Amino acid sequence: MRRVRRRDAGSERRGKESLPSSHERALMSVTSELSQELAPRGSTAPSELLREQGAVLRLPEGTVLDRADWSVESAEDETMIINMGPQHPSTHGVLRLMLELDGETVLRTKPVVGYLHTGMEKTGEELTYVQGATNVTRMDYLSPLHNELVFSMATEKLLGIEAPERAVWIRMLMCELNRLSSHCMWMATNGMDLGSTSMMIYGFREREMILAFFEKVTGLRMNHNYIRPGGVAADLPDGWEDDVSVIVDTLPGRFHEYDELLTGQPIFRERVEGVGVISAEQALALSATGPILRGSGVDWDLRRSMPYLAYDQVDFDVAVGSYGDAFDRYAVRVLEMHESVRIVGQILEKMPAGDYRSIDKKVTPPPRSRIDESMEALIHHFKIFTEGFRVPEGEVYVAAESPRGEIGCYMVSDGSNKPYRLHIRGPSFVNLQSLPAMLRGALIADAVAVTSSIDPVMGEVDR
Amino acid sequence: MADGPVVPVDEPSEDADAERASGGADLDYGVPMSFSAGQLVLHPDRSGYVRLVERLAGDGFETCADLCAVDYVLLPSRALPEGIVAERFEVVVNLLSISRARRVRVRVQVPDADPTLDSLFGLYPGTEAMEREAFDMFGVRFRGHPDLTRILMPEDWEGHPLRKDYSTGRIPVRFKEAPGER
Repeated sequence: MRRVRRRDAGSERRGKESLPSSHERALMSVTSELSQELAPRGSTAPSELLREQGAVLRLPEGTVLDRADWSVESAEDETMIINMGPQHPSTHGVLRLMLELDGETVLRTKPVVGYLHTGMEKTGEELTYVQGATNVTRMDYLSPLHNELVFSMATEKLLGIEAPERAVWIRMLMCELNRLSSHCMWMATNGMDLGSTSMMIYGFREREMILAFFEKVTGLRMNHNYIRPGGVAADLPDGWEDDVSVIVDTLPGRFHEYDELLTGQPIFRERVEGVGVISAEQALALSATGPILRGSGVDWDLRRSMPYLAYDQVDFDVAVGSYGDAFDRYAVRVLEMHESVRIVGQILEKMPAGDYRSIDKKVTPPPRSRIDESMEALIHHFKIFTEGFRVPEGEVYVAAESPRGEIGCYMVSDGSNKPYRLHIRGPSFVNLQSLPAMLRGALIADAVAVTSSIDPVMGEVDR
Repeated sequence: MADGPVVPVDEPSEDADAERASGGADLDYGVPMSFSAGQLVLHPDRSGYVRLVERLAGDGFETCADLCAVDYVLLPSRALPEGIVAERFEVVVNLLSISRARRVRVRVQVPDADPTLDSLFGLYPGTEAMEREAFDMFGVRFRGHPDLTRILMPEDWEGHPLRKDYSTGRIPVRFKEAPGER
């Protein structure tokens, strides 16, 4: 409807005024105003309809797609398109789902995103490499340290420097704790989505413990700007071992409580077992990563398969599901929390001594003590923070395993002190594409459970 | 203040040589190759782009990790392998092989006059949202994409924000004490 009206208005204007110039015409041709919403079947292009119905996904070999087999198919006049979100408490922010329903069965789903878009990639081009980490850390606000990590690793790769060993281990410690806090938060919200309010209190309680440690180390509970190109912002505070020991000793007992509250609970299992199934082939085709891919049975974890930091020096297992339903994704996350505690315990023992940031003077400001003694040090300090450092020309893609999947940073440098292009591959953004495939044929009541099992963070989806 | 601290350009590290020695050869599809910070990059032309990605998909690159575009309007003389004509836009595809635990990057030039490119949707349905984002932000149109609409910006937005000639807005700083406009 809307499209037709607009086109009419345009032709009317053109009739009255002079014809558009070639530039205007070119602009018109590139400025598509097609609707982002889920359109009725009658006005959906065949290829898009097939996509929304999941027919374009590569199916396991030997499976032949027969349209007659789809029991949930029905005539258009019996279906209804409804809106869920953007202000729906179970959408974890501002995710809008448009669902085509036949009774209570979901036929097609379309996630409509962009409500939280703040142009962070554009902002990243305006900030120096020193300032950049403050920007990227706000993308996935539940695992800020992973954002900073990929940004710093990409910058370091372009610079050709390496963070010192202690910095690498500190990064690993903080990232694993961040995975724990993020998964705790997910457990909490997932529990609440499914009606278990006690789980929400439990999850936040454990997360609080980790955030208190983050505050002690970085000064902030979230958006730390702690991992920076060249190392980390500050060394771990005195007595950090005690704090981490408390976390490592406490959490496994708390996980046991989760198991009692949820994992073995028949009501909980009824709601997640066999719900939102996605096969390994589908997950791979849809570029899904993280717990979704592992829940479908693909044994893929960047920490083990393409090790970064010092993950090749710690011992841990990768949890893999088999059915690819919401319960498998839940189980993968719970087991990952156990493994993260194991990794943190090993880091506690193996933490090397040494510098916490690179000694390369071009990247690292001089220590505070030198500033009082030396004018050059003061100037140097000032220049690094005002102008930043220059990064050689080049482009690089760096990826890490965030709690939600592969977080990637594609960075292009033109040799100046700001990135020419900064692109973050947000795992939630890509993983959301699996939602229509998971929801197809499910009940509307399961939409909440399935959305929650993807664990989208809208700050990262929209960036 | 003109000259900030300059970091010397390092020669590519030894993992670049390792990739060059071992990994590069088996991906020789007759398209120009380059190495950026030790990572292998293939440079097909627009007509051979989908064909190349199809061959890579057949050779074990099961999943497309990332697809994004870059506007190189301010960097026309960037380093590219011989035979590749620099154009304004570049579409960058990062493919991932789960079975072989390696990555490959494909960079294809897209001219400003005709910013169209064939869609990878048929090979990797997961590029659907990524291509929409590249279209939304850069105006690169993907032929064969089922639903090429804006994804992050509102549907009636004009222009493509991540293009280099799209200026960022600024809000003038106002101080409390300063007299206002009215």
